[in-house]
Amino acid sequence: MSASATGLRSWLTTTDHKRIGLLYFWTAFVFFLVGGLEALVIRAQLAGPNGTLVSAEAFNQLFTMHATTMVFLALMPLTAAFFNYIVPLQIGARDVAFPRLNAFSYWVFLLGGLFMNASFLFGAAPDGGWFGYANLTSKQYSPGLNIDFWLLGLQILGIASLAAGFNFIVTILNLRAPGLKMMRLPVFTWMVLVTQFLIITAFPVITVALVLLMFDRFFGTSFYLPAGGGNPVLWQHLFWIFGHPEVYILILPAMGIVSEVLPTFSRKPLFGYTVVVYSGVLIGFMGWGVWSHHMFSVGLGPIADSFFAATTLLIAIPTGVKIFNWIATLWGGQIRFAAAMKFALGFIAMFIIGGLSGVSHAAPPADLQQTDTYYVVAHIHYVLFGGTVFGLFAGMYYWWPKMTGRLLDERLGNWHFWLTFIGMNLAFFPMHFIGLLGMPRRIYTYGPELGVSTMNLVSTIGAFLIGIAALIFVYNMWRTRRHGAVAGDDPWGGATLEWSISSPPPPHNFDVIPTVASRLPRWSATQLKAIPEGAETAAPVHVPAGSWWPLIAASSLPIMATGAIGRMLPVVLAGVAILIVGIYRWAYEPFEA
Amino acid sequence: MPRRHKRWLTTLLLSVTGCAGPFPQTTLAPKSDFGIAIDQLFTNIFWWAVAVFVVVEGLLLYAIIRFRARPGAPPPKATHGHTALEIGWTLAPAVILVFIAVPTIQTIFRTSGQAPDGAMQVEVIGHQWWWEFRYPDLGVVTANELHLPVGRPVALAMTSADVIHSYWAPGLGGKRDVILGRTSRLAFTADSIGTYYGQCAEFCGESHANMRLRVVVDSASAFDAWVAREQAGPAPIAPGSVEEKGRAVFARSACIACHTMEDVPAARAVIGPNLTHVGARSMIGSEMVENRPDHLAQWIANSAAMKPGSKMPPMVLPPEDLTALVAYLRSRQ
Amino acid sequence: MTHATSLGLDSRKLAFWTFIGSECLLFGSLISTYLIYKGKSLVGPYPPEILDIPFTSFSTFDLLMSSLWMVLALAAVQRGDMKWAKVWLFGTALGGLIFLGGQVYEFSSFVHEGLTLQRNIFGATFFVLTGCHGAHVTVGVIWLLTLWVRALQGKLGPEHAMTVEITGLYWHFVDVVWIVIFTLVYLIQ
Repeated sequence: MSASATGLRSWLTTTDHKRIGLLYFWTAFVFFLVGGLEALVIRAQLAGPNGTLVSAEAFNQLFTMHATTMVFLALMPLTAAFFNYIVPLQIGARDVAFPRLNAFSYWVFLLGGLFMNASFLFGAAPDGGWFGYANLTSKQYSPGLNIDFWLLGLQILGIASLAAGFNFIVTILNLRAPGLKMMRLPVFTWMVLVTQFLIITAFPVITVALVLLMFDRFFGTSFYLPAGGGNPVLWQHLFWIFGHPEVYILILPAMGIVSEVLPTFSRKPLFGYTVVVYSGVLIGFMGWGVWSHHMFSVGLGPIADSFFAATTLLIAIPTGVKIFNWIATLWGGQIRFAAAMKFALGFIAMFIIGGLSGVSHAAPPADLQQTDTYYVVAHIHYVLFGGTVFGLFAGMYYWWPKMTGRLLDERLGNWHFWLTFIGMNLAFFPMHFIGLLGMPRRIYTYGPELGVSTMNLVSTIGAFLIGIAALIFVYNMWRTRRHGAVAGDDPWGGATLEWSISSPPPPHNFDVIPTVASRLPRWSATQLKAIPEGAETAAPVHVPAGSWWPLIAASSLPIMATGAIGRMLPVVLAGVAILIVGIYRWAYEPFEA
Repeated sequence: MPRRHKRWLTTLLLSVTGCAGPFPQTTLAPKSDFGIAIDQLFTNIFWWAVAVFVVVEGLLLYAIIRFRARPGAPPPKATHGHTALEIGWTLAPAVILVFIAVPTIQTIFRTSGQAPDGAMQVEVIGHQWWWEFRYPDLGVVTANELHLPVGRPVALAMTSADVIHSYWAPGLGGKRDVILGRTSRLAFTADSIGTYYGQCAEFCGESHANMRLRVVVDSASAFDAWVAREQAGPAPIAPGSVEEKGRAVFARSACIACHTMEDVPAARAVIGPNLTHVGARSMIGSEMVENRPDHLAQWIANSAAMKPGSKMPPMVLPPEDLTALVAYLRSRQ
Repeated sequence: MTHATSLGLDSRKLAFWTFIGSECLLFGSLISTYLIYKGKSLVGPYPPEILDIPFTSFSTFDLLMSSLWMVLALAAVQRGDMKWAKVWLFGTALGGLIFLGGQVYEFSSFVHEGLTLQRNIFGATFFVLTGCHGAHVTVGVIWLLTLWVRALQGKLGPEHAMTVEITGLYWHFVDVVWIVIFTLVYLIQ
């Protein structure tokens, strides 16, 4: 069966990075809408004081699932969709290094996401916050299944991210086209590489944190319980040693996308390529030394607070450097305001605000007033919505024609951008004031006497504007299927290799693997000749057949988790058996990549 | 300087929001040395941030407008970088950060919770979902309403009875988490008489939103009067009165399993708030509703209906017993 | 389809090195947890009362020797000497099995002496850390036995040297982790 076959079976067994990229995209996009819906219910509840739309219990589940969904089921996998689809094309490869492992990652992600959300069916959605602070998550204070779903679901999702991490590091390091030296890699691919290193080093830490929590809840240990000699603060350290790199896992790919879009639509190469790449690497490294800035209110002592304040402030430098280089890229250019470019410019504008508010709570004393208030909610949404989501939208408009062969409608894209831009500023800017005026986050109700009712109403209106904008985008995608303008190979005049092949690309991507002699292979005239256009295929390109084993092996994980939830050992063991058989058959099935 | 900035900021805030306040939990009008130190630091950072915002967003906007594509323009010159520029915009933020880091670290050490000698000691204990305040030197235990004298240093030694909470009264300074098995500290001196509102800032379960508190800062004499009243034994009860009947109801009900009540010998439990002077508190349910007979009756009958997840079980009492119990509790001044 | 890789390294081997890097963080977090909680047990048994250093030294020696057998197994596969490859592969797996047997004995005698997961924080951190390592050894033993069976069936030859090399990487890594654990948990109390 060739990878161009259609039908359900071909999708279930696919190992083509482009199909897996599309699967990631659509799955993550649905989760993005679910997470957005959860946000709208939260905002509706908080539109006025003493809201009664949902109960306290439901509210706590909603904000926990909103953040968990957005971080692990929407934003990370949306970036993964682009890693999958675009990175092999940018480096001139025919697939990723391990196509079946890639399929495995996707199926684990999908099944983990479904497992996590199945908790709603039991009325037991996670309710301990996405940060799941011990000891609230202990059996004593959270006796239901809510936290069990959360900790098992996150462990499953961690496996998906880790497997993808190994795969992409090897792909980028080892499958580059001839001549594509590391310092010729597109910046997006570079940022993906940094992100993958963060993933494979950060996820083991949260895995340990979750395993210890699982032992506390399932087997009666006291890792986080003072009564048995444990310490709940250990959870915070482990969680944030993971959690801060996780923030960069979410933002670096978006920075990579913006670094692709800005040059294309300014018709100028990226300013300071080397500096932009190294500052990204530096941000990745420094992300490991700042975790306790999430814990200033714990009171770790003035020495520790000073250290983590200093390391946190230092990150502002490489971040600032990136922003200046992006602006310098625009300088003297010929800026075309396609929707992709609008979102990329919006990214810069919004990320500056998020970065600056971040500096204010890098100062521990100021953080003592700001942490756990809406001020921080404003900050993270300027970074993760104004930043990551804007970057992702830029990537969607930019690469949509490559992925589907058709252009998204620019007029609808214009509406989408401006409604999102206005909506997000209405939704999140007042939150700075709401927080400074004393409203804590994660409260399902507040009194009128706080004086923040009007601002909360404005914020809710903004959130619904974002919702309307998202609907416009959905309509745009749907409409484009039939009515979108045909894109051709290179609708934007891009500089990188993905624009040298057809849209969508053939299953084997490149008839002849290109030889690369510069950073911008499509922008240097000499280089263009090096990519034979319509040349005869040197040899018939072999496309590997699909495989069932990634899906079968992946299915073992939710089976084990279900057994654990129901305290049914035989089900867990059945899952283990499926995993062993799956991996064995996978290892020895005839498969070439 | 900071004061002038403060007015400017407040005006900006009011004009942006169209709200006239008052903002009882604002962080921008601190009334303690701790709060003012934080506020000065934040104001400093705020103005740096405004300056950077204006310059960088200005550059961005200028570039967007100035370099928009014009038909027929020659293709742009390809620039790949500029070493001097790179060094410049690396150093510029670094210099600004020095101006932020120095006062930050100074303020960290000024606000680290070290109280001067002779500070009044108060123990703060977070519970799901209420606050316990103990004055070990005065022998006073109360709930949700912290009384402090103006102008005298206060040292809070804080812990939790269950999950992690965070003590926060924004008008008097920053928050600090309270954690089971650990003592965290805050120290400050309130500089103005008044009532300051606050609430738990660390998500602590179902009724996290309903874990509020108030700090009553009084003149020294008014504070001493409050202490004297709290130290005085329970208010006397007339024989045969409805209050006496209420006390009997209290003594034979589940109340004594969780609460301390000095004039009921069997009631010495410390799971719920100490009720010896409950009648003197202005609110009940950790600042949820006014301390009125009807609210008390509703609370006793089914506290979870007022406060989701409340750990106090519903009390099924005959109406006349409930009325007597409420009257008794109201009399515990 | 094998084509030249950019780094000149086999992709599977490179992937495995990244995996080992990731595993370092996993064990690093577990070992840190153990060290942070050292001496924090509220009740006994405490480590000096219960750890049997001579016995565990033997297990450690056994695991170290199995790493040597692994080296010999790889060398045999690489030179196509499948007779000795079978011997050394089985020897390595047997070394792992003996180590696991020692761990089962150690765990059950500790439980017998009152140290359980729930008893104190030492028990919790000790069992989770060494148990996690034991699980890794178990996976390694299954992997080695799979290769051994395939060698017996004549399905393993010098062309699979890379597979055996990666198995060896895993086995040596698990061995090194044990030396760290043995030093930090048993020797430095």
